[in-house]
Amino acid sequence: MSESVITALPPVGMITVRGVLDEIGDAFTNVVGCPIPEQRLSTRSEVCGVLWMSPDELLILTDAASERGLADRLTGALAGQFATVVGIGDARVVFDISGPGADDVITSLAPVDLAALGETEVRRTRLAQIPAAFWREGGGYRLICFRSVAAYAETLLQNAAGTHPVTQRA
Amino acid sequence: MSFRLAKGGRRIDRSRYVRFTFDGQEYSGFQGDTLASALLANDQLLMGRSFKYHRPRSVVASGPEEPNALMGIGDGARFEPNRRATEQALHDGLIARSQNAWPSLSFDIGRINDLGARFLPAGFYYKTFMSPRPFWKHVFEPFIRRAAGLGEAPSKMDADRYEHRYAHVDTLVVGGGVAGLLAAKGAAASGERVMLVERSADVGGRALVDGGTIDGKPADIWVREVVRALDTAENIAVLRRCEGSGIYDHGYVLCSEDLTDHLPDKTGPRHRLWRVRATRVITATGTIERPLSFAGNDVPGVILASALRDYVKDFGVAIGDRTVIVTNNDDAYRTAEALLEAGLRIPAILDAREGADSALISKIKDMDVKVHLGRGIAKVLGRDRVKGVAVCLQAGEGAVLQEIACDAVAMSGGWSPVVHLWSHCGGKLTWDDDRAMFRPDPARAPTNGSGKPFVITAGSASGALTIAEVLEDAAKAVGASPPDCTSDPEAPILPVWMMPQGARAELRAKMWLDYQNDVKVSDVRLAAQEGFESVEHAKRYTTLGMATDQGKLSNVNGLAVLADRLDETIPQVGTTTFRPPYTPVTIGALAGEARGEIFQPLRRTPLHDWHDENGAFWEPVGQWRRPYCYLRDRETPDQAVSREVKTTRQSLGLLDASTLGKLLVSGPDAGAFLDMLYTNMMSSLKPGRCRYGLMCDENGFLIDDGVVARIDDQTWLCHTTTGGADRIHAWMEDWLQCEWWDWRVHVINLTEQFGQIAVVGPQARAVLERLGGMDLSAEALPFMAWADGTLAEVDVRVYRISFSGELSYELAVPANRTRQIWDALISAGESFDVTPYGTEALHVMRAEKGFIMIGDETDGTVIPQDLGLDWAISKKKGDYLGKRGQQRSEFQRPDRWKLVGLETVDGSVLEDGAYAIGEGKNANGQQIVEGRVTSTYYSPTLDRGIAMGLVAHGPDRMGDTLRFTRIGKAPIEARIASPVFYDPEGQKQNV
Repeated sequence: MSESVITALPPVGMITVRGVLDEIGDAFTNVVGCPIPEQRLSTRSEVCGVLWMSPDELLILTDAASERGLADRLTGALAGQFATVVGIGDARVVFDISGPGADDVITSLAPVDLAALGETEVRRTRLAQIPAAFWREGGGYRLICFRSVAAYAETLLQNAAGTHPVTQRA
Repeated sequence: MSFRLAKGGRRIDRSRYVRFTFDGQEYSGFQGDTLASALLANDQLLMGRSFKYHRPRSVVASGPEEPNALMGIGDGARFEPNRRATEQALHDGLIARSQNAWPSLSFDIGRINDLGARFLPAGFYYKTFMSPRPFWKHVFEPFIRRAAGLGEAPSKMDADRYEHRYAHVDTLVVGGGVAGLLAAKGAAASGERVMLVERSADVGGRALVDGGTIDGKPADIWVREVVRALDTAENIAVLRRCEGSGIYDHGYVLCSEDLTDHLPDKTGPRHRLWRVRATRVITATGTIERPLSFAGNDVPGVILASALRDYVKDFGVAIGDRTVIVTNNDDAYRTAEALLEAGLRIPAILDAREGADSALISKIKDMDVKVHLGRGIAKVLGRDRVKGVAVCLQAGEGAVLQEIACDAVAMSGGWSPVVHLWSHCGGKLTWDDDRAMFRPDPARAPTNGSGKPFVITAGSASGALTIAEVLEDAAKAVGASPPDCTSDPEAPILPVWMMPQGARAELRAKMWLDYQNDVKVSDVRLAAQEGFESVEHAKRYTTLGMATDQGKLSNVNGLAVLADRLDETIPQVGTTTFRPPYTPVTIGALAGEARGEIFQPLRRTPLHDWHDENGAFWEPVGQWRRPYCYLRDRETPDQAVSREVKTTRQSLGLLDASTLGKLLVSGPDAGAFLDMLYTNMMSSLKPGRCRYGLMCDENGFLIDDGVVARIDDQTWLCHTTTGGADRIHAWMEDWLQCEWWDWRVHVINLTEQFGQIAVVGPQARAVLERLGGMDLSAEALPFMAWADGTLAEVDVRVYRISFSGELSYELAVPANRTRQIWDALISAGESFDVTPYGTEALHVMRAEKGFIMIGDETDGTVIPQDLGLDWAISKKKGDYLGKRGQQRSEFQRPDRWKLVGLETVDGSVLEDGAYAIGEGKNANGQQIVEGRVTSTYYSPTLDRGIAMGLVAHGPDRMGDTLRFTRIGKAPIEARIASPVFYDPEGQKQNV
């Protein structure tokens, strides 16, 4: 397989926002700086990225240090509305997948048609046996998964990339 | 003898020798050989033994349909049984061994079965080994297994790596013959994303052997030009050594690609399993030649006519100097042509047809070959290899007209389209009388989610026979115009299902239908006679078409014999079911990356590494690993558990409770929602306080428990059991999305956001005070309260809850900081002999306190009332999940088994799951039981066995003695007691 580089990133700030997306739009954009993304897509502002997760759920990515402050400002802005804002950066891990073999790494683990993946699209899928999501970033991909399975995910990715093939223990 | 011809061999490179071993003996072949062609070149005609009679067998085919030449390839950690020698590419260092022969291939003692063959007809095992029944398992089956069977299972772990690859295409073309190439070219021309898979190393298919003229060019030149165009096009991928193995619903196709089997260098993945989603699948899978059923058609040297042509033209290998050709159609004359070109002799062509005439036949006759029309083979002469044939009239009973000496027999019984992939997903077949074949019925194609056909056949897979027909059909499949190509008309085929037509019983008993499974014409007729008239029943009774054959060679011949015996037509009898995969796919390829350390996901808590470095004796808990205990010095696990319990009760213990489910439930209707989910009242809980709660399913059975904390007016945090985290999350979402969709409640799973550490024991408060930052006094944080704050400068939420009966705090810490707090506790607790404890100490301490455990005290049939948890069931609430269920009469029965404590009279530990022995026997003659043990431990605190169990009328029988079963020992007595063995007043946790 052509070469690809798998890197686990340092902790990233993440905030889950649940609510009626049509209703929270203005207040949300005022705080976050970018509009609520359309179904399956993402938007970006200077301070964060916003990923559409489900019809009533968004995921904000920001740097770890900003997570608490941003979550508090959002909670304040959405006060009185039926909305829930929770920091969840510790629950997930982000990987960067780059290099010419990045597509092969993804398609050996996830049942995804990369040709159909838009520039700002977020693909919630599975990576072998675990849930994961990924999107395009700088010619490669960024992938998130749950923290408890981060070691599994990293080994999967390295194994698929051929950089750390898993051998059978005798 | 079989040998290498002086010249010829399209696929071999005579300048490159390849060395390999077969049954330990060294051989050499050429680069480009298959194992089968190389063995033939070395006069190793004998390649295997049949399954049942251990008859000597050689190749009968040259491709995937080969039933005989199955071999073990490789050795040690790279050994694989049952590989077809006809498809195993030769490479340096290849190790092959024969199968199903003992003590050796050339002298097989099992051949004795063959001498007794008339005593081993179809169904012999079923009839003979019926009784006495215990003999089946201990005597008959082990014996039969040794005598029968194909290759051995590998004994070592596989050294190779495998991978999966997902692909999405508009059109997937299976098969790279001229039909597949033309179809792929046509599909790609319209801009579609196209993938073409070809199971052999070369694309081009039979046209490369059989020739023809396409667009004015020789077929091989045409193929080369098309392949070059396809290989360079951006929107098409051509995969060689990749089989289309199975077609499933929704355009899902499994393809299996061989990456290193043909190479001496085994680095990298061995197989790649392609998991393709295709809008349209074109199966250009070709045809398979049928054998003819004559006596002795399995003797080594009898081979399909097309296969012999392949060996001569592709590999420059002949099976003998003199070949008798026997046929019922024109195609075998192409073999005659090939043999004559190679300088080999043809003593006779026996053509079953009377008066067959065509340009091709005339051409062969003009080359001085004797063609006997209306003739067939009465029997093959020779035992271990062909020595000659006895000729008879096809229309007769087998009276021998003459004997002809020869070394090989090339047979052709007609052609069967490879309809396997078409049929996998529901494509139907139609019987074509003129061509004597089942071919795909385009009107009844496999359909996709919109009810539209999504599989199309192309070329000979559709039933086309000549190259012109093949190209025309393939062009039609993609709506293109066919290239310029004509084929001479051929004389019609004569269906021949038995040779001679009126063969007597002794001849029928030597006519093989299924070589691999030793099924003969006589067996199928016997099956019909004994009432196994459905083709599926006849298959199972006789084993026709089982194992690797899967209907490739034996199918049509077998069901034609069945039809004849039943006086039915072939379409009335029908075919057996074609199931994927087309040829066996390795288990490794199916498993893909899932092996070794990534066999399955292993979930790690934020403290996993610390546990690993500090003697954790691991226990799998779902996909988590949790320390069962921590081993110090030379401790046994039992000793470690005792130490952990004692130190915790006396001073200070720490537990990694991070795996507990943590579900945030928030919204204006969250209180009402939780009142429905829990049996007790959660809406009345005050912010800052905690309450233990039970959850039941609609039937009233207890499904989960845990502590709920009220965070603010609209927000609760629900702890679930470790195994309940995802299940209860899904359960909540199920009710919110499907039943109460208008309730304004959000559930967010925070299980992995926080690590959770239980700080347990009389010194728990003291050690937390050493960390500093929060007032954790009994006044500031009483039992069943929680508070946010900082400890050792880390944000924490502290719950004052206890599952051990001791003074206990559970700290919820953001996962990235959990290790920091844990390290601080270990260091601050040093003077308290701080002792991390595992799941077993947790279990022991909760059992000492009589706390139930979901999955121990519950098993899906237990309601909270059985466990004496009536206090946790609200009488005030109008409804909760399970309330109605719990009102059913079964649950009101006074003799329901209810929770009690159990103490053995002698202080020993009861066996887990042991039953309390009641009086008498039930209607089935079984011992009546009146209770069972649900949890049982040695209590280090009390230095005796303690247990909990469910006992009929249990709580009313305090002090009674019951007898409990022990496996392999006499029953043991235990007294019914309170389940709370330790600190019944609860003073220790409330200080």
